[in-house]
Amino acid sequence: MPRLTRYFIKAALVYFVLGLLVGVLLVAGSVIPVPPQVATLFPVYLHLLVVGWITQLIAGVAYWMFPKYSKESPRGNERLSWGVFILLNVGLVLRIIAEPLVSGQPGGVMGWLLAVSAVCQLLAGWGFVFNIWTRVKER
Amino acid sequence: MPRVSVWILRVALIYLGVGFTFGAYMLANKGLNFDPGAWRLLFPHMELLLVGWTTQLIVGVAFWIMPRFSGSEKYGKVRLVWVSHALLNAGILTVVAGGWIGSNELILAGRAAELLAAVLFAIYIAPRVKPLGGQAAAQADQTE
Repeated sequence: MPRLTRYFIKAALVYFVLGLLVGVLLVAGSVIPVPPQVATLFPVYLHLLVVGWITQLIAGVAYWMFPKYSKESPRGNERLSWGVFILLNVGLVLRIIAEPLVSGQPGGVMGWLLAVSAVCQLLAGWGFVFNIWTRVKER
Repeated sequence: MPRVSVWILRVALIYLGVGFTFGAYMLANKGLNFDPGAWRLLFPHMELLLVGWTTQLIVGVAFWIMPRFSGSEKYGKVRLVWVSHALLNAGILTVVAGGWIGSNELILAGRAAELLAAVLFAIYIAPRVKPLGGQAAAQADQTE
């Protein structure tokens, strides 16, 4: 298993646990007192699971298992793949920090952080598409 | 990787890129509030990423890696998968259009096409859910 795949999968596992932890927090309010700000974590909860866990796991396994690009560079552009990993995770962490704080009050530093998060994830998404595209092939 | 999987996975990748683009636009708008109509993208964003990307990726990879048959038609009734693929994508695009313009009728029609696509794919792939290779696989082929 390539090193980058291990990074993708281990990071995905962290988001999996974090996502379920936030899921517990979101419903804990009916049993124990939790700060009202916890309710703003719902979009973070969803994206921890669908981006951090599922998409990242898919990216890591695809990088490992999809047909080789060529003999010389079997996994395509490795630098781009590392860029995807870094941008996806920076984008997601920025979202986790900024989204609950910006909730209902756009603008300011947190608003801009959220915009940076969006750009990071957008670049990561298209970077993954471009890099894996050439490895989706018959031979 | 068989040609069917190449088609399915490449279409799925396009949905991934477009779905991420819609999501990034809404997220940036949540931070900076430059477009009050951005939330119209929420429904298409979810449909493209959950059905267009994730579900279609699973379908494409399943067609590629599930045990094949031992006879001359090792992938079985491939035409079913092509029909399912066409129906699923017609369904996705119809649901996205319905979500965009706010038409429940279009969403219903799209979901019906997706349902039919799922039934066809299940009928196709069920016989390939069998032991991998060897005598047990050949026996499973014969019982189908």
